[in-house]
Amino acid sequence: MTFLQTVWLVTRKDILIEARSREIFFTTLFFAVSCVLVFAFGFVREGKPVEDAAAGILWIAIAFSGTLALGRAFERERQSETLRALLIAPISRPALYVGKLVGVLMLLAVVELIVVPLVAVMFQAALFEHALLMLGLLVTGTIGFCAVGTLFAAMLVRARSRDVLLPVLLYPITIPVIIAGVRGTAALLQADVDLPMARAWLSMLVFFDVMFITLALWTFEPVMTE
Amino acid sequence: MKKLFLVLLLADAAMLAYAPVLIVNAPYEATMGLVQKIFYFHVPSWMAMFTSAFVCGVASFFVLFTTRKTADRVGAAAAELVVVFGLIGLITGPLWARKAWGVWWQWDAKLTSALILWLIFVAYLLLRRYGGAGSEKLAAAVGLFGTANVPFVYWSVNVWRTMHPTTAVVPSLQPGMRGPFWFCALAFLGLYVVMLTLRVRLENRRAELETLYLAVED
Repeated sequence: MTFLQTVWLVTRKDILIEARSREIFFTTLFFAVSCVLVFAFGFVREGKPVEDAAAGILWIAIAFSGTLALGRAFERERQSETLRALLIAPISRPALYVGKLVGVLMLLAVVELIVVPLVAVMFQAALFEHALLMLGLLVTGTIGFCAVGTLFAAMLVRARSRDVLLPVLLYPITIPVIIAGVRGTAALLQADVDLPMARAWLSMLVFFDVMFITLALWTFEPVMTE
Repeated sequence: MKKLFLVLLLADAAMLAYAPVLIVNAPYEATMGLVQKIFYFHVPSWMAMFTSAFVCGVASFFVLFTTRKTADRVGAAAAELVVVFGLIGLITGPLWARKAWGVWWQWDAKLTSALILWLIFVAYLLLRRYGGAGSEKLAAAVGLFGTANVPFVYWSVNVWRTMHPTTAVVPSLQPGMRGPFWFCALAFLGLYVVMLTLRVRLENRRAELETLYLAVED
């Protein structure tokens, strides 16, 4: 079985389970929308959002709901010991990692498909003005966040107090992603759009993704071996 | 090896005892005056912290890709020292900032990135402490990712904000300040090596004790 076939099988399994129950999708989406709502009370003054609020709220909603999705995706594997079964299967470990990563990414992409327009409408943010750059920031930012998150969530399956430890480990390490996402988006939203700045952040995110996916592929094998 | 450690311990104790004398005699900085003296302990503690973070990253690599038992102990000891020296920096920094900038904390590039790095290693220790059995290997992944993250954190926070004196300050110091500064830096690095050695030794003893217990039980 080739690498890509394995990836597809693992991803397809996750999509099938999710399509039947839609549990993670609905809970994550509802959580993301609640996040946006809660932050609105902090950052809307006299009916108008404060400067840069939309960019910050959008990325915090993505990061928070992403953590929730990551935790649930692996909790599901733990309940019936299916992660152990996957690890015993004669497939390459990196393919397993990529398969899970793609599954989580697709889920978050669907959530973002709803949350991004919602933020644009509720905060009068011109998120679709420079749609391609915005899309690039969203894609690379989500990949960077999930690349680290998938590895950590997978390895924490065996740990005690995993629910608390996932955000504790994930947020300090993904801070560059959050900064790049927020500042890149803010550069696109401000009164005089700063395209070179947005591009600089985008390229930082690409570097981050390449570096951390490589590291994760490399460490997944030893970390998942008991 | 033991003799070398003893020599280092004594030399470092003497250096740390003598450092205040040098600091008192160093010239006063023109605008900040007496407050600036905190610099002689503030910057060396950050140097020790960054060294320790690097040591933890290298040790984590060996934990993940080899079966060397000592690597894990070095990694844990180094992570603890990152937190200790980072805490010294995080306490002395605001004390200085209050007098020099008028505020306790600034969202400046160096402050923020040091805080982020410090948090990563606090997370490493939390994982080891509360992660249960087998969390050593998981912590090693965090150590490796944390160290690899340093340039990204530094770059992103730097573009976001800058107001702290740049690293070019150290080479441009007045001649009278340079001597005491490097003396203190050396003393802190010596202190770091002493503490790391002691901590690793303690872990070695614990492991020995563990094996002895198991042998008795069998």
